[in-house]
Amino acid sequence: MSLSKIKVATKIMKHSLIATDVYEMWIENKEMAKAAKVGQFVALYCKDGSRLLPRPISICEIDNEEGRLRLVYRVFGAGTKEISCFKEGETIEVLGPLGNGFLTKDKNVSVIVGGGIGVPPLLELCKQLKGEKHIFLGYRDTVFLADEFKAYGDVYIATEDGSVGHKGNVMTLLKEKGLDIDQVYACGPKGMLKALQSYVLEEQIPAQLSVEEKMACGIGACVGCICETNDRTMKNKRVCKEGPVFSAEEVVL
Amino acid sequence: MDLSVKIGSVQLKNPVMTASGTFGSGKEYSEFVDLNELGAVVVKGIASKPWDGNPTPRVAETYGGMLNAVGLQNPGVDHFIKNDIPFLKKFDTKIVVNIAGRTVEDYCEVVEKLSDTEVDLLELNISCPNVKEGGIAFGTQAKMIERVTSEVKRHSKQPLIVKLSPNVTDIAEMALAAEAGGADALSLINTLLGMKIDIHKREFALANKMGGLSGPAIKPVAVRMVYQVAQAVKVPIIGMGGIMNGEDAIEFMMAGATGVAVGTANFANPFATMEVLDGIKGYMDRYGVKDVKELIGLAVGNIEFNCM
Repeated sequence: MSLSKIKVATKIMKHSLIATDVYEMWIENKEMAKAAKVGQFVALYCKDGSRLLPRPISICEIDNEEGRLRLVYRVFGAGTKEISCFKEGETIEVLGPLGNGFLTKDKNVSVIVGGGIGVPPLLELCKQLKGEKHIFLGYRDTVFLADEFKAYGDVYIATEDGSVGHKGNVMTLLKEKGLDIDQVYACGPKGMLKALQSYVLEEQIPAQLSVEEKMACGIGACVGCICETNDRTMKNKRVCKEGPVFSAEEVVL
Repeated sequence: MDLSVKIGSVQLKNPVMTASGTFGSGKEYSEFVDLNELGAVVVKGIASKPWDGNPTPRVAETYGGMLNAVGLQNPGVDHFIKNDIPFLKKFDTKIVVNIAGRTVEDYCEVVEKLSDTEVDLLELNISCPNVKEGGIAFGTQAKMIERVTSEVKRHSKQPLIVKLSPNVTDIAEMALAAEAGGADALSLINTLLGMKIDIHKREFALANKMGGLSGPAIKPVAVRMVYQVAQAVKVPIIGMGGIMNGEDAIEFMMAGATGVAVGTANFANPFATMEVLDGIKGYMDRYGVKDVKELIGLAVGNIEFNCM
């Protein structure tokens, strides 16, 4: 019988610090790169056996020609700290690609909203989306990846401490611009998504929101990472399996 | 090499099973492993009606283990019969259904609905630490265990496994109560009640505050309990709790387990069940063991089993 999912030891092609506690890692696996879709994630394994569970990391870029994936992640706990110490040329166990990503709709005007470590998966999205793009990026303090977005559309930056761009959050910026929006895509902290959700629902703008939740298996078996939805047949959906991207109408934040 | 073992009246092609709650209904893992290779698939706890489970965060990693407070989210027995049994029947493996309930009547309702299905074995879950009613409330008092077991047994056509909680003082007493109630087999252990606090955020790691600890961190407790129970009862035991590889499985079998269930290891490695099976075969090859049954209970009451 044929088995469709893989967990592989992939080579780390590049690994470097790009901002305070934020790393980029390029991993090589042709099969995984070919299968990857925008908005999906992979699960990275620690080598220290005391840390059992894989760490879900969003896919920042897909390089199909070279068969590589770019992952940008923040050191958050002991697991990501260990992963950040892996050297270029080393191998890392990777499971994926996992989850359902964004459904790219080629509308006239798309708005892309990212917050913190929710920014990375939006880079590949911006690469793949056609039409006019307005990209709103929010950070606590340190800005990363923002320059790379400029190749794909107008970029607006907000920082909580005001060190770069607008002082405050991306929602204020978005409302200020008063754009005529056809489609919204977003990934970021729950507070940001919640504010965005209430805005798009009120304005009746179609939106896809990528949500985060603590997960164990990453493949839908443990039912650890659920989020509430308006679906009557399946209220609690799995972020790793049915998500991480949900429509703004469906997800309850 | 004979790998077959018997749980109640049911013959398994090998002792490797999945631990309830860690394998869904098998669908997710069928993308990684060939379910035909498994002795049995033990599915996630099924209740009479759909359960939503607990709020998030539901999982947290701990040193060598994890805590969960999923709270037995499941789509209910009718959904299971309609959607999951046809899927599982495509494979040459035994189907074991873990039964969740808030009351004895709940358990019996599920058992009755499953009685005319192609389910091979039932596992009575009286040990989940994450639900307020039913679950552990039934599984920590010997008299209650005996009563629930005998009541459910009266309604069940399939052999009945009772899954025991480790959150008790005397595990053998609980095992004897389940056996007295008519259990055809016992599975142990379920998760240990635990807690994790994030000292930086000053909050509980789980929304439920407390949860069930599983993974290799609990293996010595589980092996000890299997060993104690194996000396007390005559029914077969399915051992589980931190089995990560074939050697862990052999250890449980020597402590008295007839079958072994792989749980949290699936989350850490979706191929864990197959690696456990290969590891058992490898061990048997290395030591010239022709029949896996030779290993069961080697450490129990055997004077040649050294302690030094």
